[in-house]
Amino acid sequence: MSNTKYILGSFADPDEMMDGIDRLQANNISIYDCFTPMPIHGIEAKLGVKPSRLPIAAFCFGGLGLMLGFSLLYFTMSYDWPMNIGGKPSMPLPNFVPVTFEVTILLCALGMVATFFFRNHLFPGRAPRVMDLRATDDRFIIAIDARDNANHELIDNLLKEAGAVEVKYNERKYVSYE
Amino acid sequence: MGTHNHHHDYNFSEQYTFAGTAKVFSLVAIVLGIAAVAFGMLSSEHIIVERTYANLLLMGYYFTCVCAAGAFFVALQLVTQSAWSAGLIRIPQAMASILPIASLVLLLIVGLGLYTHNLYHHWHAEGLTDPNSPNYDALVAGKAAFLNVPGFLIRQILFMGTYSIFAFILAKLSYNEDLQGGLTSYKKGFKLSAIFLVIFGFTTPIWSFDTIMSLEAHWFSTMFGWYNFAAMWVSGLCVITVILILLKKAGYMAWVNENHLHDLGKLIFGFSIFWTYVWFAQFMLIYYSNIPEETVYFYKRFEPEYKLWFWLSIVINFVAPLLLLVDRDAKRKQNAMLFVAILLLCGHWLDYYIMVMPGTVDTERGFGIIEVGTAIGFCGLFTFLVMTKLSKHALAPKNHPFLDESLHHQI
Repeated sequence: MSNTKYILGSFADPDEMMDGIDRLQANNISIYDCFTPMPIHGIEAKLGVKPSRLPIAAFCFGGLGLMLGFSLLYFTMSYDWPMNIGGKPSMPLPNFVPVTFEVTILLCALGMVATFFFRNHLFPGRAPRVMDLRATDDRFIIAIDARDNANHELIDNLLKEAGAVEVKYNERKYVSYE
Repeated sequence: MGTHNHHHDYNFSEQYTFAGTAKVFSLVAIVLGIAAVAFGMLSSEHIIVERTYANLLLMGYYFTCVCAAGAFFVALQLVTQSAWSAGLIRIPQAMASILPIASLVLLLIVGLGLYTHNLYHHWHAEGLTDPNSPNYDALVAGKAAFLNVPGFLIRQILFMGTYSIFAFILAKLSYNEDLQGGLTSYKKGFKLSAIFLVIFGFTTPIWSFDTIMSLEAHWFSTMFGWYNFAAMWVSGLCVITVILILLKKAGYMAWVNENHLHDLGKLIFGFSIFWTYVWFAQFMLIYYSNIPEETVYFYKRFEPEYKLWFWLSIVINFVAPLLLLVDRDAKRKQNAMLFVAILLLCGHWLDYYIMVMPGTVDTERGFGIIEVGTAIGFCGLFTFLVMTKLSKHALAPKNHPFLDESLHHQI
């Protein structure tokens, strides 16, 4: 038994990579992930990637911002030091809208960025985790979990039939620490 | 480098046949509209006649705005060199093509309204600008250099005439493209659109100041133009969506799919928020500063006669699209989009109603045969003209340089 953890098919052309995905799927070989230097339309649907849950985080952070913004205004304008401004009630709701709105979108945007960085392990001092460095440049990579799919010869053949320029057998998941 | 290898076999020369129930219904609607307007016009009560004029102005303005939004859509797609809309561009082109007729209808209404003193009476009456007259109105007199009958009519003709010419030529260029091919029409359209958008952007606020804001000539708001533009653009997008979905349901335009609908949905959603933004900015500044000459506008709309409708307009035009279209899947479903588009079209009718009625018939407003009949009549007229125009040309611009990209649009 080899120590191969992941088999990477490296393609020079996105169409050939899409063809490779079809061939692997036709043979019931599960694909771990694909890495491409540019977005490719339709690849999420083909790989069955679930829609991002980032909007849920955005909603929660937005809701938090709404409450904070409103609390700030309520405390300063209506509770702590109510003032008569232009004969308005001490809690003039229409005037609360702009600030509440601004705090809502501020927290929503910052929260989304933070969530995105957190989920993708993108924070200062963290080495980026990349399975094939050329996927950030000019190659289109299909990664297959070598332990889940035992028939390595078949995978190799399918990838090469589809037009893979190179098939790698990696014993480590990520190569970017080196 | 293409990532798609589909072979499509769409029939791009397919043409819409305007016949059967659609045609009968539109003609019946026109007849109903004429009957309702005649009923109002021939009434012995002056206020009913005035109410009819107010409704004609409302629907004439709405009709012209929707057609102008069609022209704006076409120009915007050309200037931004958009590909997604290429497959459905024939719908706004048909709307733009009938802008000349819509403009004439509005001009007739406005002209008759002025002549019979049923519209714009606030600044167009005997002695308003004469300091010795008992009717002297200092505020109107101060604005008379701009707001006078010849100036008003010249601006109406100049603005709507310019929009009509550009709209007609932009649509015509695309129809020629079908016959000649090549990039000549597209490049010409690009240049004309750039000029048109600058003219349109600077003059539509003034056009709405004249047509609608001057009904209450004492009051003014510089934001009114953008508020009207937002209403025009949202309702134009909704009409495009409704026509598109109904055509698709009838089996036409197979090349337009949920991705294109999604983009229309995003525009409707985004510009409904923009409409609210301008509406609220105008309202909030006036509410906060509380200056009598500014609050007069909202004072009228806060009277019990209008208050309910005033807030209902916000619910329909802001809360409804916000909640119904925020979900990605909703923007991709024909029935959900059709529902929201029709709801928003009703909502913007209400929006225009609240703009027009307090300044014309005030507390004598109503909602009956005249309102419903005029609205139905204009819907029929619009449907008849646009669908007749649409049936004259192929439903796809087959030589559009971005048509192929539009087919592969995916979001």
